[in-house]
Amino acid sequence: MPSIIKAEKLGYYYVKYSDDSENPELINAIRSIDLSVERGEFIAVLGHNGSGKSTLAKHINALLVPSEGTMWIDGVDTGQEEDLWKVRQKAGMVFQNPDNQIIGTVVDEDVGFGPENLGVPTDDIWKRVDDALSKVGMLGFRDRSPGKLSGGQKQRVAIAGVVAMQPECIVLDEPTAMLDPNGRKEVLQVVRDLNKQEGVTVILITHYMEEVVFADHVYVMDGGQIVMEGTPREVFSQVDVLKSYRLTVPQVTELAYELKTAGVPLPEGILTIDELVEALC
Amino acid sequence: MGEITLGQYYPSNSILHRLDPRVKFIGTILYIVSLFLVNSWIGYAMAGCVLAVLIGLSRVPLRFILRSMKPVLFILLFTMIFNLLLTPGDVLVRFWIFRITREGVSLAVRMGIRLAFLVMGSSIMTLTTTPNELTDAMENLFAPLSFFHVPVHEIAMMMSIALRFIPILVEETDKIKKAQMARGADFESGGLVRRVRSMIPLLVPLFVSAFRRANDLAMAMEARCYHGGSGRTQMKPLKYSKRDFIAYAIELAYLAVCIIFKVRGL
Ligand SMILES: Nc1ncnc2c1ncn2[C@@H]1O[C@H](COP(=O)(O)OP(=O)(O)O)[C@@H](O)[C@H]1O
Ligand SMILES: [Mg+2]
Repeated sequence: MPSIIKAEKLGYYYVKYSDDSENPELINAIRSIDLSVERGEFIAVLGHNGSGKSTLAKHINALLVPSEGTMWIDGVDTGQEEDLWKVRQKAGMVFQNPDNQIIGTVVDEDVGFGPENLGVPTDDIWKRVDDALSKVGMLGFRDRSPGKLSGGQKQRVAIAGVVAMQPECIVLDEPTAMLDPNGRKEVLQVVRDLNKQEGVTVILITHYMEEVVFADHVYVMDGGQIVMEGTPREVFSQVDVLKSYRLTVPQVTELAYELKTAGVPLPEGILTIDELVEALC
Repeated sequence: MGEITLGQYYPSNSILHRLDPRVKFIGTILYIVSLFLVNSWIGYAMAGCVLAVLIGLSRVPLRFILRSMKPVLFILLFTMIFNLLLTPGDVLVRFWIFRITREGVSLAVRMGIRLAFLVMGSSIMTLTTTPNELTDAMENLFAPLSFFHVPVHEIAMMMSIALRFIPILVEETDKIKKAQMARGADFESGGLVRRVRSMIPLLVPLFVSAFRRANDLAMAMEARCYHGGSGRTQMKPLKYSKRDFIAYAIELAYLAVCIIFKVRGL
């Protein structure tokens, strides 16, 4: 079986037309990205604003097609026009702003939007919608108007909308950036459950490092390139390097790092408070 | 600002609420047609009875239906006065340069009744049908037009998206307005020109945000495989049940009676 996501020397240029000059300006948003994700993995992508995370995410869903190199989703080349819908069905996408991605005026209609587009028969749409809403814990809200939900609930509805399309993998582009701490927790829990219980491959893009300590693999992006990769422990142990990419390390990790440089004997890359307590006592 | 509801849907579970929206849409159109077919007092009495029965069946409190008259009250009065004063015929009263004629009184009353019934009749539809059901009904009824390359599905999709986003944008306008007022903007005083001009700092951020939302939404729809109406199935397809056919039969019978009235000159 091919890797669920595979990118080779991926590059993308935005064309920007400015008022004053005749010639459009080319912005190289990502360059020479190599990526390989296996089924069922939980992948995190970190990076400062403008580092190219969203551009990369849109390639996974074929919203953008590479200017250079190739992207395969489950062995399908996203550059092939005729396979566009197949790719978008396999790789679902959740965006940052919860208000701007809910299409339906009622929660269950919104979740049904994807299956409707796929031409799923009516009875099956209902089954899928029930199933997806219960997976994100929003079944009780099916008749509500999305406008009256909290941010976290809206994002869970958006996730259900993707789950109802029965994708192999879900890309979440900073899904928690506009949420309060409670909403953030809700959404992360749902995403983790989907990964653990349903075996859905997850690509979580974020700039909150606390959110990714349980990821299988972490990529750090800067200036359109992947500059670091490894397990959370490997990546987070390099506090100085992370800081040079303008990323803030989780408080515990930072504290452990400071203690260690001050001479306290501690293992590399402490990720949670429990671990630090364990190591210190 | 409290909850913003579009249209004026009055939630209930009456028989009219449960009817298929297509039946209500066609029924409303037939009712309007009938108002222009009949031209006799007995005809108006019949239309009035039909209206009364419908209001009763809808279980919508009368004041909601009367409230729908408010926006058209001016037009209604204007039409009535116009007809009252400017119709030639048997003079009843004469004052200053005006003459009120028998024909004028009759015409004014007829026009008033027609307009009032028309508005109340269509408000029964909007009060018992959600905007969403209405869009579905229109998409379904106008589907044959896509044969003439009218983008029926796309228009319906636009209408339902507008229904979802108008409340969001209204709320946002309110927020921007408050933010500008906190910085000393004045939206209330001055003449018309000044007030319109004071709206500019409100409209610019609103448009910027509306365009960003539209862009985001288009992307979200594409990501969920939206590619127009072809090959699309429906989660909640409209389905007629027995009561809908009965309602159609009643509508047709009513139309037939109106035509007979017309032919007989009643
Ligand atoms: N639509 C666009 N047109 C032009 N440039 C863009 C566009 N979208 C993003 N960019 C540029 O591409 C780079 C990467 O952006 P993006 O992928 O959005 O980064 P991130 O999601 O990590 O913040 C940035 O320099 C940004 O200015
Ligand atoms: Mg981004």
